[in-house]
Amino acid sequence: MSTILEIKNLYKDFGSLNILNNINVTIEEGDFLVLVGPSGCGKSTLLNCIAGLEPITSGAIAIDGRDMTIVSPKDRDIAMVFQSYALYPTMTVGQNITFGMKVRGVEKNEREEKLAKVAKQLQIEPLLNRRPGQLSGGQRQRVAMGRALVRDPKLFLFDEPLSNLDAKLRVEMRTEIKKLHQNLNASMVYVTHDQIEAMTLATKIVVMKGGVVQQIGTPSEIYNHPSNLFVADFMGSPAMNLIPAKVAKNGKGVKFTIARSYGEPLILYDEHITKLPENVVLGLRPEDIGDAKLRKGDKLQISTCSVDVVEPAGADTYVLINLGGKEVTARLQAETAAQTGMEMAFTFNMDKVSYFDAQTGQRLN
Amino acid sequence: MTEPNSNYADSRYIQKLILRSLLFLLLGTFAFYYLMPLFVMVTTSLKSLEEIRTGSLIELPREVTFAAWKTAWSGACTGIQCEGLRPYFWNSVLLAVPAVIISTLIGALNGYVIAQWRFKGANLIFSLMLFGCFIPFQVVLLPMARVLGIINLAGSISGLVFVHVIYGIGFTTLFFRNYYVSIPVELVKAAKIDGANFFRIFISIFLPLSLPIIVVTVIWQFTQIWNDFLFGVSFSEAGTQPVTVALNNIVNSTTGVKEYNVDMAAAIIAALPTLLVYVVAGKYFIRGLTAGSVKG
Repeated sequence: MSTILEIKNLYKDFGSLNILNNINVTIEEGDFLVLVGPSGCGKSTLLNCIAGLEPITSGAIAIDGRDMTIVSPKDRDIAMVFQSYALYPTMTVGQNITFGMKVRGVEKNEREEKLAKVAKQLQIEPLLNRRPGQLSGGQRQRVAMGRALVRDPKLFLFDEPLSNLDAKLRVEMRTEIKKLHQNLNASMVYVTHDQIEAMTLATKIVVMKGGVVQQIGTPSEIYNHPSNLFVADFMGSPAMNLIPAKVAKNGKGVKFTIARSYGEPLILYDEHITKLPENVVLGLRPEDIGDAKLRKGDKLQISTCSVDVVEPAGADTYVLINLGGKEVTARLQAETAAQTGMEMAFTFNMDKVSYFDAQTGQRLN
Repeated sequence: MTEPNSNYADSRYIQKLILRSLLFLLLGTFAFYYLMPLFVMVTTSLKSLEEIRTGSLIELPREVTFAAWKTAWSGACTGIQCEGLRPYFWNSVLLAVPAVIISTLIGALNGYVIAQWRFKGANLIFSLMLFGCFIPFQVVLLPMARVLGIINLAGSISGLVFVHVIYGIGFTTLFFRNYYVSIPVELVKAAKIDGANFFRIFISIFLPLSLPIIVVTVIWQFTQIWNDFLFGVSFSEAGTQPVTVALNNIVNSTTGVKEYNVDMAAAIIAALPTLLVYVVAGKYFIRGLTAGSVKG
């Protein structure tokens, strides 16, 4: 496998405003890289820098081993799909898809041939003579992808391509993009603010905030081992529970004391870790807190908590309990007996716990 | 439909009918008010001088004659020459057509650059151009006369074309800029990645989108330039005067009997092209003024 995209020490400033700060990202052939973060984190700017649509302040970008830092977009061997689709309104679907080839002086026969192939692949053959204005959102999306596919580029760039679609269509198109990626074994960089999209599509995720990369890793790494409080909070839905706790030594391991607004504090133990600062934040995914009646195991620690809110969500029921002054979500079975106000025993899976420094927010384990 | 419902529908229908009639009455009154002068002009131009003197202003002509039109077109005296409006009409055509085309094209390019290729100071330049729209004609007369003298275009039709192009760029840029600014910038990005350059994007993507705003600009510029009097009278000389100046000369330089029918015919002839442009393209004018975003 060869390196398709290599970004080294990239900085981007707008005037005195720093947008991107020392970005270093590498992807291999066939990787699906997702840039994710809240709006304004610089992820779209980074994508535009990769495309060559925005000049960079310093650093280097190489695509397929060639330095592309100052190469113009058309010569970077990339294709891009935009959020607004950016279809040329006065051209038909066919003309939209072949415009790039026409500009590059590709022979008509070859253009037709490639158009037919892509149209078949995306099942848009009946639409070729229509104009973008006559298409539905999902169809426009397909055409925009067709325009990218027909170039057969080294690298595909997607700029929030699904955010203009309604919820149902978004899930469908998401699956289709994933299939496309698998079938083509193409290398892709995909920008989204939707962490579910990031988790489902990516082979590699870059979480960004304020122009700084927070963590780079596989979806599983990002989900199970978030590198700081921001990533922990941003990735996953419902979000990871972040519970402030006091640490005390306990034999070989440590003991956590979590204050509660009522009754005794909650006590949890971890025997596998020895050194922690006095104040930490415990990160537990909702699925790591369960119903004590249903889950059995040695590693699980059981404690009784009072139920604040019960939210049935169909497949699961989310139960909110108050710990350490924060609402904590537990994911229980759909047919749980939990009711608002009742005392209930919960299990805490300390195998999966993340510890963060209460001051710096950095991961400790 | 059941009984009570249809009663309700009936009263709604009557209410609507009354509102409609009121609306048409009001519109009719305004239409009448605005059409009255045109009516007087047309009927007077078709009367003989004898009939004008004896008849009433709003009477239909007893005997329709096109003699006045013929005189106005090719025989009326503008000062010492008596060639009618014809040569000046063609002067105006030779002046207006290139001036409209050039100023529209420059405006389209300017608008495209300012709206879609944001560069440092783009807003400042746009503001300055906008400012140009508000400079009264009179202010630029003297400096413009100097400039025309220096570049050797004084008194020529090309000189007038130059003046109108310069003066029109502010407006045309404003029109196109406001139209293009609603087009997503992603369109340019997509075309750049497709390999199109600055002019290719303009010609293949932006110009085909621009029909409504081109129509608006052409109507606006044509009306301005065709109807202009001040620049026409200031920067022309005998033989290069536009039709508005000639019309003024015909009306003001008659000796003896005032030929109202010829004056009216000449005025209508001078106004006909702009009228025609509105009739042909007026539909697009409204559409273009209200059309903003381009979806897709």
